[in-house]
Amino acid sequence: MPKSPDQAIRPIAVRTYAVGREKIREYARAVGETEPLYLDLDAARAAGHPDLVAPPMFAAVYCGGAFEAAMHDPEIGLNLPMLLHSAQEFEWGELVLAGDEITTEIALSDVSERLGMHFYVFVSQSRNQRGEEVCRGTWTLVVRPR
Amino acid sequence: MSGDSEHGGDPAELHVTPDRYLTYRYAGASGDFNPIHLDDEFARSVGLPSRILHGLYTMALLARAQTEAAGGPDRLKRLAVQFRGAAVPEQEIVVSSKLVEVRDGRAIVSATATQAGKAIIRNATVELEQG
Repeated sequence: MPKSPDQAIRPIAVRTYAVGREKIREYARAVGETEPLYLDLDAARAAGHPDLVAPPMFAAVYCGGAFEAAMHDPEIGLNLPMLLHSAQEFEWGELVLAGDEITTEIALSDVSERLGMHFYVFVSQSRNQRGEEVCRGTWTLVVRPR
Repeated sequence: MSGDSEHGGDPAELHVTPDRYLTYRYAGASGDFNPIHLDDEFARSVGLPSRILHGLYTMALLARAQTEAAGGPDRLKRLAVQFRGAAVPEQEIVVSSKLVEVRDGRAIVSATATQAGKAIIRNATVELEQG
């Protein structure tokens, strides 16, 4: 179970993302999805959803602003050109739909060093406009030595 | 416009060859414009072989294989991955999955994504709610 930002060592940012129908379609097409719930409004409504459903990995989009803030946090000072994504975990709750407003809180959870590689672990928690948890994330980044 | 070519197979498997421009479309869709994904020269200057795929894109392929096999997005409750190596455009990616166990109404699946015989995602753990 991923940690939540309030257990973390340093809070960083809170960002709210408004989920748009065309953004869901754009994202779904970019990752090769053909699921009608993501693309076809009639299909989504026929399945009982008020609007298009976002794919689970759309978390990358609605968490993006908070994650950007973490990457550019001046006190952490990540060496961005040498940064790679090392590991990622998501745990999902309620589905995200077009029209939702998703608020993501992100925090630094852990910093470690191994063989000259510096590891930074961030945790995020995302809730919809009703306060229901939609996603928790654990983001592990590695900064390689020059 | 379809972003990749692919063919079906075993439901727990996915074969996708991201085309030459995939990283630009994924950058636009996701908002991640890190130049290691967009600019070969920049990528080489920081020790990478060429511009590389976004890790969250390859994770999305692995997630898609699971939701397609399990019957929809509401089935996928948890996914944890480790990224390895540098995945690149224009080479086939293969997602493979194996059921580990079923407990408490959830299927636990282990999965990998490989490219040119090398793991780009290893030790992926998937939790799927059973219908």
